[in-house]
Amino acid sequence: MSLTVGDRLNKAEEAVQARVKRHNSLTSGHRACQGCGEALAARCALDAAYNATGGKIVVVNATGCLEVFTTPYPDNAWGVPWLHSLFGNAPAVATGAAAAFAARGDHEMRVIAQGGDGGTTDIGMGCLSGMFERNDDVLYICYNNEAYMNTGVQRSSSTPALSRTATTFPIKQYMGNDPMSGKCVPKIAMAHGIPYVATATIGDIRDFERKVVKAIHMRGARYIEVYSPCPLGWGSQPCDTVRLARLVVRCGLYPLFEAENGKISSVTKIENLIPVEDYLRPQKRFAHLFGKNADPEHIKVIQKIADANIEEYNLTGGC
Amino acid sequence: MLHQIEGAQAIAHAVAMCRPKVVCAYPITPQTHIVEKLGEMVHAGEVENCAFINVESEMAALSVAIGSQASGVRSYTATSSQGLLYMMEAVYNASGMQLPIVMTLGNRTIGAPLNIWNDHSDAMSARDAGWLMLFAETNQEALDLHIQAFKIAETVGCPVMVCVDGFILTHAYEGVDLPTQDAVDEFLPPYNPDVRLDISNPCAMGMMVSPEYFTEVKYLAHLRQQNALKIIDQTAKQFAQKFGRESGGLVRYYGDPNADTVIVAMGSVIGTVKDVIDELNAAGGKFAILTIVSYRPLPVEEIRAALSNAKRVIVLEKAFALGRGGVLAQEVELALMPFSGEFLSVIAGIGGRPITRTLLRQFFTQETYPEKTTFLGLNHKVVDIMSRME
Ligand SMILES: Cc1ncc(C[n+]2csc(CCOP(=O)(O)OP(=O)(O)O)c2C)c(N)n1
Ligand code: SF4
Ligand SMILES: [Mg+2]
Repeated sequence: MSLTVGDRLNKAEEAVQARVKRHNSLTSGHRACQGCGEALAARCALDAAYNATGGKIVVVNATGCLEVFTTPYPDNAWGVPWLHSLFGNAPAVATGAAAAFAARGDHEMRVIAQGGDGGTTDIGMGCLSGMFERNDDVLYICYNNEAYMNTGVQRSSSTPALSRTATTFPIKQYMGNDPMSGKCVPKIAMAHGIPYVATATIGDIRDFERKVVKAIHMRGARYIEVYSPCPLGWGSQPCDTVRLARLVVRCGLYPLFEAENGKISSVTKIENLIPVEDYLRPQKRFAHLFGKNADPEHIKVIQKIADANIEEYNLTGGC
Repeated sequence: MLHQIEGAQAIAHAVAMCRPKVVCAYPITPQTHIVEKLGEMVHAGEVENCAFINVESEMAALSVAIGSQASGVRSYTATSSQGLLYMMEAVYNASGMQLPIVMTLGNRTIGAPLNIWNDHSDAMSARDAGWLMLFAETNQEALDLHIQAFKIAETVGCPVMVCVDGFILTHAYEGVDLPTQDAVDEFLPPYNPDVRLDISNPCAMGMMVSPEYFTEVKYLAHLRQQNALKIIDQTAKQFAQKFGRESGGLVRYYGDPNADTVIVAMGSVIGTVKDVIDELNAAGGKFAILTIVSYRPLPVEEIRAALSNAKRVIVLEKAFALGRGGVLAQEVELALMPFSGEFLSVIAGIGGRPITRTLLRQFFTQETYPEKTTFLGLNHKVVDIMSRME
């Protein structure tokens, strides 16, 4: 199976991104870094949603890179109605938008809220939980690049074990982000019993688009977290953005699954399992794990996390 | 027809008659009765096509209102005290985005120390947040101001905070005249903004603005507030014409037209002050009161016109800036400069301490004033004991 977006041979499986006439909800000319995973993910998600709804979407954006690089006044890179309010309130603003369209009798309109991992898993968590718990009619998409990038790469509750960030800088005995910290927001979303939760990556765009389309046609609160590499924050090559998004799945560190009404409904199996080292090595944020004084035990800590995922989600076994 | 109802209920009825489409609720005393009543009315089907949303925080309450107002529908919420502080980031955001949300502030002090009673500290914390701020004197005015507030907000393109003294008004049962729905509909046309989240005219709202445009954005917002002075005044006149009673406006003057002493105040304390002035004037005194209804924008010209001939101005207020003194006092003093008369600042009624006629009468008739700033009714014995314990 080919995973490229350019697979135009099989029309039925053609990605929205592969179409010449895609909408370009996020158009070129914005100011993201080269190879920005978030920019790629946002365009894919919104084009898929736009295509699926005949353009009946409005978007609410939390503060963060995605907001800053798309709307430096008076330039606007969005091809959809778009609103940015604050860093921590996007889910609530989206709730308001959804309520407004319902009150206006516009029942076809779909509201998408989106933000980075910091805006979602940290400062936006209260509003997000409220939106989930009330089952408000919003699809929330979290672009997970595993740190606060817009402010210069600080740790978030989504930053992985032993990662270097500006606030978890490895020094002397300190090896980077505490492996015991962090939280799994997809699971928290599931615990709210909402209709749909999914994880995705920009390494498999058709899978991501399929999940977005599925979610956009549902009603109630829906949550998709998409793994979106950040070359600047991770110290990775811009050309490796898509590759890293595939490696993270293949090593077991980022399980891909869907859950409906609080229960897992599908899991993507790993076809060729790789050790975490293959995923970690191309990223400078993990360089301290490979240096002269590196202790192999540290990589084992991360491997254990991957192994636990593989077991928990049965990522390599049969169905 | 007069209805004997609680202030909070009067406000809820007024808001319901303005046909909001989204009402957000989060409990905090003394505002809570307003949203409780609105919830009941929405759930009973008395407010057409309206969503009543129980949110998880004040930050969410105002954020939901931001989202719904930006999507083109009339939106309302209410809060007090800590709740206002908790949503403060969204307070600035709503005005920055020119969203004409109406919010009731059931005025209550701010902790620590924890205290649920009335003063204006909460309102003062938002005085520079870009909202229009109107203060109600009575329950009737609270009701009327809400109807005017939607019209003012939507005409100016700016959110309005209607400040209503907690408990003193929100929890007081008073006869109020409820207008008919038809009259309110004639006064307040349906909300139909030019700019909203709209797929037929996609736009980006809430963009990042760099230094080369930021001053201009803020300058225009300031002009809008200045222009609001006219709109607030006009709206009060239209209201009087339609409903046959005076409510709202910028300022009100009461008492001796050539008064030597003019008191300046906001909110429910006005009633008490008027009673004292009536007594003093009946005994040959020359007193008057200037009520400030519109605190933002501050009607500087009207204040100057009303006060410049007074021999003594006393600003009586329920808030102060620690380390500096009265807040309204500073603003009024600045508006009056240069002022040749005596200027006094009185901090009263903070944290719910009653402002009694006796205290006011004593103060207004003092021979001399040793201090420029006075804490009315300050108990020096308690101060001594507390400072010894520190
Ligand atoms: C209340 C508040 N606190 C802090 C900030 C500063 N801030 C702006 S964007 C940002 C980081 C965003 O991180 P994330 O949500 O992960 O998005 P990313 O930039 O990584 O895409 C921070 C901390 C803010 N704007 N508002
Ligand atoms: S810092 Fe990262 S997330 Fe932000 S624009 Fe650059 S690549 Fe994208
Ligand atoms: Mg991030």
